Amino acid sequence: MTDASEHKDLLLKIRDLRIEGYSDESWVEIVHGINLDLHRGEVLGLIGESGAGKSTIGLAAMGFTRDGCRISGGSVNFDGIELTKQSKRDLRKLRGVRIAYVAQSAAASFNPAHKLIDQHTEAPVHYNVKSRVDSQEDAKELYEKLRLPNPQEIGFRYPHQVSGGQLQRAMTAMAMACRPDLIIFDEPTTALDVTTQIEVLAAIRDIVEQFNTAAIYITHDLAVVAQMADRIKVLLKGDEVEEADTATMLSSPQEEYTKSLWAVRSFRKPQKSRPEASSSEPPVVSVDGVDASYGKLKVLNDVSFDVYRGMTVAVVGESGSGKSTTARCITGLLPPTKGTIRFNGQELPSSYKNRTTDQLRQAQMIYQMADTALNPRIKICDIIGRPAQFYSGLNGAPLKTRVEELLDLIELEPSQYYNRYPPELSGGQKQRIGIARALAAEPSFIICDEVTSALDQLVAEGILKLLDRLQSTLDLAYMFITHDLATVRSIADEVVVMKEGRVVEQGPKDTMFTPPHHDYTDLLLSSVPEMDPNWLTQLLEERGV
Amino acid sequence: MEALESWMPLLTTLGKGALVIAAAVVVSIIFKALLVAVLPGEGAKVMRTAPLTASFGLFIILVYALAGIFAPWIAPYGEAEIVSTSFAPPDENLILGADQLGRDMFSRVIFGARNTVGIALLATSLAFLMGAVAGLIAATRGGWMDQVLGRSADVIMSIPSLIFSLLLLSIFGSSMFVLIIIIAIIYAPRVFRLTRAVAGDVVVMDYIEAARLRGEGLWYLIRKEILPNSKAPLIAEFGLEFCFVFLLIAGLSFLGLGIQPPTADWGSMVRDNATLISFGEITPLIPAAAISLLTVAVNFVVDWMLYRSSGLKE
Repeated sequence: MTDASEHKDLLLKIRDLRIEGYSDESWVEIVHGINLDLHRGEVLGLIGESGAGKSTIGLAAMGFTRDGCRISGGSVNFDGIELTKQSKRDLRKLRGVRIAYVAQSAAASFNPAHKLIDQHTEAPVHYNVKSRVDSQEDAKELYEKLRLPNPQEIGFRYPHQVSGGQLQRAMTAMAMACRPDLIIFDEPTTALDVTTQIEVLAAIRDIVEQFNTAAIYITHDLAVVAQMADRIKVLLKGDEVEEADTATMLSSPQEEYTKSLWAVRSFRKPQKSRPEASSSEPPVVSVDGVDASYGKLKVLNDVSFDVYRGMTVAVVGESGSGKSTTARCITGLLPPTKGTIRFNGQELPSSYKNRTTDQLRQAQMIYQMADTALNPRIKICDIIGRPAQFYSGLNGAPLKTRVEELLDLIELEPSQYYNRYPPELSGGQKQRIGIARALAAEPSFIICDEVTSALDQLVAEGILKLLDRLQSTLDLAYMFITHDLATVRSIADEVVVMKEGRVVEQGPKDTMFTPPHHDYTDLLLSSVPEMDPNWLTQLLEERGV
Repeated sequence: MEALESWMPLLTTLGKGALVIAAAVVVSIIFKALLVAVLPGEGAKVMRTAPLTASFGLFIILVYALAGIFAPWIAPYGEAEIVSTSFAPPDENLILGADQLGRDMFSRVIFGARNTVGIALLATSLAFLMGAVAGLIAATRGGWMDQVLGRSADVIMSIPSLIFSLLLLSIFGSSMFVLIIIIAIIYAPRVFRLTRAVAGDVVVMDYIEAARLRGEGLWYLIRKEILPNSKAPLIAEFGLEFCFVFLLIAGLSFLGLGIQPPTADWGSMVRDNATLISFGEITPLIPAAAISLLTVAVNFVVDWMLYRSSGLKE
């Protein structure tokens, strides 16, 4: 895998590629002269933060640009064909047959109205590569190679009838349908749980190896790219930072930026422990034997845990394990069918409608998607100012001072952000505003629902550090919902592992991260990709796949 | 030569048509440039990217508004004033000739802008006020409130609007006040349905949940959180409904149940002068043209707004 040899023939050669995007009535260059070489059978990892131009370059390798973008200079040479000079018709013949694309969200990319296998056979039949029958047989074979369960039958299901990880693998199979020379993987596992991610990664790696397909693997997750790529290219704001073999890149990155990317996961805060049992202080929030259901479907089963003052409890689990539902029960959006939620020892009414203003004020929430959590038509000063006004009755000058204080607290320059609207801010800045809105209520408890999972690693680390600093200055208790165990490692004091609506295991972080674990905790922990390029291989051997 | 002469009438008509279109284009370009120059920052930017049809539409609407507001000063005669013989042909005093009673056609068209458009505007505004408020409440509160409001809207919408309005007008008599109320009631359910759908997409957002959890009341949620995010489609719908209301009023007037004489109104003006059509006169077509021009203009503007709000800007 790692010996990318020079004598393999060159498949893709990109020279001085420049791409412009249209915004504010003028063309702005977003990719500034990128060079890229890709040999047959080689996997190149493209990494960088959002806005680095990873996807744009990936698409340009197919001679394609998104709406509102154009290739303004340079050349993209695919196996002797200059893609920038081809007509749309010729390009279309190339795509799907010789170059294929695997998108981030398979669920959004499959047509829900057709069976998987019909979508699979569409390209080969259309381009006269294979007959429908041959192509169907081939699809089944590919499904088997990708280790999809029941490969003979699964193709005849509709996209909504299979799981996310299976769908992503079916999409990889589809990209393979015409045995392309080049596949572009655009963050294929970002939307998946760690446990599912492993299966998809292993499947992709195997099949690329078997057919000697060249691939461009786009991701923002370094640990993932370490498993997949022969070479890694780091991008920043449309410029190349550096490029090297995976092993070299991991062991001795040259540039400051790369080093900072590598260092992100090193943030650790010292673990705090619960107050002595003798002290009479009750936990800030106590969830006691809570059951909840959506209609007839029971989603929570006897969930209990406590959150003490100044401490962070991380709730981890795969999607569908009931993490966010637990949060909805605590906030009162979903009244539990059984059990109680206590706040400082005092039982809370089950629905938020029956809680007092002060009870509502005490528990605040920070959301995963800052885009939908902030009203795009309300100014920053009003978003932050409203809770302060609503709960403390501040108005006029004192309110303005308070908002400026809060902006200072989240490290945003008040004069610059006071009068702006959320869409004008970056993802990390929006998340900070979300934090400020929660703080404006002067709460004692904050629920952080996957607050960093939509952010780039560097930005996410900034947010985690901010949350940690706020916790120690304001003595806040956090309930931290996440599926990312790296985040748990850096910020949690206690960990609650959930699966299928039940608490499987809970305890202090250090105990949880040292064996022996519950089987499920073990599966979760071992599935978190590590920076070691041999990690995936070893893990698969251990699990005996 | 002879062949050419037989084609002459057609050619002149085509020529005139081309001239009118060219004039419209020139007017739109000038008007757009004027707006870009006059409007402050954001407005100028919006106008610069606007298509010509939109600036044409805005221009026509502005002209109608001015005509309606300043009708008594623009019109040479009063709307009910008999100044000539019936059906007098156009001359230097009467630009468009006289109607069946000898009133000045031009003055009546101008006053018609005030009456017809004014009533349509009032009725549409009222329909919007009722429909939008009900729609927002239904979407925000949900539950039984949603059901009650929604089913009431269904009942009104299940009766054909023209028949329903004729029925109500013959029960309550056709005064201007009654006319406005009836039209508002007929059109409010359509606004209700749109508002409820648009607001329904907004109430599921996290920021609404955050506001609810803060303990905000219904009125705050509607006014500050939901309305600003559903404004664009509602404004576009306002323009569209305005056209329908306008046509309904014209239709009712044509049937004799709308605005009552001697008040000038485009719908009834078409009816009163309809006989002239058989003599090859275009007089009855003038108020009809006034109606269609405004409808087209409003639709141009609405199309542009829908385009802007749909996010399909690339």
